[in-house]
Amino acid sequence: MVPLAWYLVLSAILFCLGIFGFLLKRNIITIFMSIELMLNAVNLTFVAFANYWNEHAKTVAEKVVPLSGQVFVFFVMVVAAAEAAVGLAIIISVFRTRETLNVDRVNLLKL
Amino acid sequence: MIHQILFIIFGVICVAGAVNLLVQRHPINSALSLVVVMGALALIYLLLGAEFVAAIQVIVYAGAIMVLFVFVIMLLNAGEEERSRGSHIALLLGVPGVIALGCLVAWTMLSHNTQLGGVRINTADFGATQPIARLLFRDFLLPFEITSVLILIAIMGAVVLGRRES
Repeated sequence: MVPLAWYLVLSAILFCLGIFGFLLKRNIITIFMSIELMLNAVNLTFVAFANYWNEHAKTVAEKVVPLSGQVFVFFVMVVAAAEAAVGLAIIISVFRTRETLNVDRVNLLKL
Repeated sequence: MIHQILFIIFGVICVAGAVNLLVQRHPINSALSLVVVMGALALIYLLLGAEFVAAIQVIVYAGAIMVLFVFVIMLLNAGEEERSRGSHIALLLGVPGVIALGCLVAWTMLSHNTQLGGVRINTADFGATQPIARLLFRDFLLPFEITSVLILIAIMGAVVLGRRES
């Protein structure tokens, strides 16, 4: 039996590493991968809580509810797939006009 | 006991892959270590009894999305990351802030460890495909249909953005 807290701590560590990547990396593709890492960390929380509530459910009606955590993970994955397709298209489009993948050189909107 | 050992092994693989993603300077190495993270996460989902989620984690995330990433890295011929001065605020405020956030969450969870209880390797067909499908196509039918529209819009957007302007 693994404490639920371990899963949540692992998820928090992955999320923080994702934020670090987002803040510190300069390559636009790596920044995008850090966002995917954060989405994965949140998915882990959903699945862990789904299992947890399934075990602690008492009535039959309560038994159905925890599964919706896993359905939510499904929706997160769908949105992540859509986001990856559009985001990578934007990256290709940026690279075509600016000839660089470094986010510090894509600064036309900056004052 | 075996559950805890397996969790620790896969958790360590996960964190090591995520750290490697940050340390590597070449995007293709980062992409491959992200595949490792996603594979280890799929195994952790299996420990939690979420078979369907583990399967689509491997198929959609480690398969489709990462192939897209690797394809774009190769298409753009992305080289080593350049070292350039980023924002100082990100370094000075962001890093301590994120460390503080992580420590706060970890401390909160671990201090409520006994009240939270634990999870077991699972119980009959929770997270199997059939109950999820029943929930997805009955209770969540409208959101499911809306995601199909979302995917359609994403495809059109990707085509429009990726098209070479003449």
